[in-house]
Amino acid sequence: MTKEEIKQAGTVVACKPRLLNDNTMHYCPGCSHGVVHKLVAEVIEEMGAEHIAIAIAPVGCAVMAYNYIDVDWIEAAHGRAPAIATAVKRLNPSRLVFTYQGDGDLAAIGTAETIHAANRGENIAIIFINNGIYGMTGGQMAPTTLEGMVTSTTPYGRRVDLNGYPLNITDLMARLPGTCYVTRQSVHTAPAVKKTKKAIRQAFENSMAGKGTSVVEVVSTCVSGWKMTPEKANEWMAEHMLEKYPLGDLKNVDNE
Amino acid sequence: MKGNEAIAHAAVRYGVDGYFGYPITPQSEILETLEELMPWDTTGMVVLQAESEIAAINMVYGGAATGKACMTSSSSPGISLKQEGISYIAAGELPALIINCMRGGPGLGTIQPSQSDYFQATKGGGHGDYRLIVLAPASVQEMADFVGLGFDLAFKYRNPVMMLADGVVGQMMERVKLPAPRPRRTDDEIARTCPWAVTGRPEWRKPNIMTTLELVPQAMEDHNKHLQEKYRLIEQNEARCEEHFTDDAEYLIVAFGCVARICQKAVEEARAAGIKVGLLRPITLWPFPAGEIKRLSKQVKGILVVELNAGQMIEDVRLSLDEIKPVHHFGRMGGIVMDPDEVLVALKERFEL
Repeated sequence: MTKEEIKQAGTVVACKPRLLNDNTMHYCPGCSHGVVHKLVAEVIEEMGAEHIAIAIAPVGCAVMAYNYIDVDWIEAAHGRAPAIATAVKRLNPSRLVFTYQGDGDLAAIGTAETIHAANRGENIAIIFINNGIYGMTGGQMAPTTLEGMVTSTTPYGRRVDLNGYPLNITDLMARLPGTCYVTRQSVHTAPAVKKTKKAIRQAFENSMAGKGTSVVEVVSTCVSGWKMTPEKANEWMAEHMLEKYPLGDLKNVDNE
Repeated sequence: MKGNEAIAHAAVRYGVDGYFGYPITPQSEILETLEELMPWDTTGMVVLQAESEIAAINMVYGGAATGKACMTSSSSPGISLKQEGISYIAAGELPALIINCMRGGPGLGTIQPSQSDYFQATKGGGHGDYRLIVLAPASVQEMADFVGLGFDLAFKYRNPVMMLADGVVGQMMERVKLPAPRPRRTDDEIARTCPWAVTGRPEWRKPNIMTTLELVPQAMEDHNKHLQEKYRLIEQNEARCEEHFTDDAEYLIVAFGCVARICQKAVEEARAAGIKVGLLRPITLWPFPAGEIKRLSKQVKGILVVELNAGQMIEDVRLSLDEIKPVHHFGRMGGIVMDPDEVLVALKERFEL
């Protein structure tokens, strides 16, 4: 059966969003990026925002996100996406402007750009994928790497006396008056995926309404960096990551 | 008005869309003047004090990617911080204007004037094989005029342009005729003239993607070849210089920026003393006016290159010649500006006149 025939038969229960194209993704099977990409594409489509969306890609595993979601993209230097988004939104206020960044990009090399864009209350949305590791470069320690977590640069586990503490940058951003909505979600279960989608929608609507900076952290897995099967990675994430990075809204000015 | 103030006024009048900067002496008047002018209320220009030079140059990258005319300004240590972004802007072939009001280095250096970033501006600075079009203003009038010229060249070639000024032209006050105001380009004009711009994808086109990443080696080499072809075209078309008393010159002084003004006085003094000296002032440092220097080198007995550095432009002067002629250097460093008498003494000493 062709796609059209399936659609005509009225038996469609789920389908790929139109904005997510047919390019083969370079992500590892089981990686959270694929799910979050799909959610971003769905939300843009449902908002009818595909003609006004300008997305900013990071350096990291999602560096080639522009290959998969059919909207206009700017690929940023490592960590600089919030600075780029700042200028894009200020110069093009009618556009939906969001960044898509990992933990190394957002919470290490780009800390200054992240904090200051959020503190200025730029009307942008930040999608923050936190898997506690550098995926693209081969599994090195990230600022969000948990204490004791083994990475290629902490082969005996992260030691706080040597490497400092895991950085909870989302908590920091929630304290800034420039942010309007700061939430931490995940995509490791079907209900969690639904919540994350709702959060992304909220963030995008906030930025169009000019409410300030919205941050959606998605606590994620890295099957190759963690050296686990997708199933095991989800279990390990739920057991360890969520203790340090608990799920839920950290701030929502709409509810205050 | 001051050179730095002239830049700010010229930017608003040219219809610049965005200025993103970070304070550093001796160029902070550019940001200060723009904030005072409040152009967001008149032309709609965005002015933003960024958290760092790194953020500022990336704001320029982002704004330029949407087809807007964006600029930043800084001074030597701040320009070093901007080099990552400048490399990306060059790689992405984005039009932008970057002003370097040079101060003495290396390191934190001094806040006094210098020309020691010549190599950085003309030979790279950031990583990769790229070129900036480099304009060297010698007066407050040129500080104003080169804003427009800079953006015209930047958009013509889709290439970043650097205005390599110095603390003297930034701080000195002269009469200046500002350009006539013109409106900023509309979104329709941008869509029509910059089909590459990341504006939000209309129904009729594929996504525009501004990326400088290319993992296929052949494609990356092809992109480099394309850039080099563009640079050769710029070299053919855009080298600019100004000559004084070169017709009958037996000796030639080559100097840029404020030093050319000092040397003009030295040339007049030398002529009064019976020494036939001419002056060539490169206006574009890249592309370098090699043809004019080569032509004049055949006529003169020797060339003196005068700079506020240890000898940087002298390398390009030497590369311009196709026969051996004595080429000497006279420079002051660390923020000290020579006076015309010192130039004259150096000329006499170097050529035993």
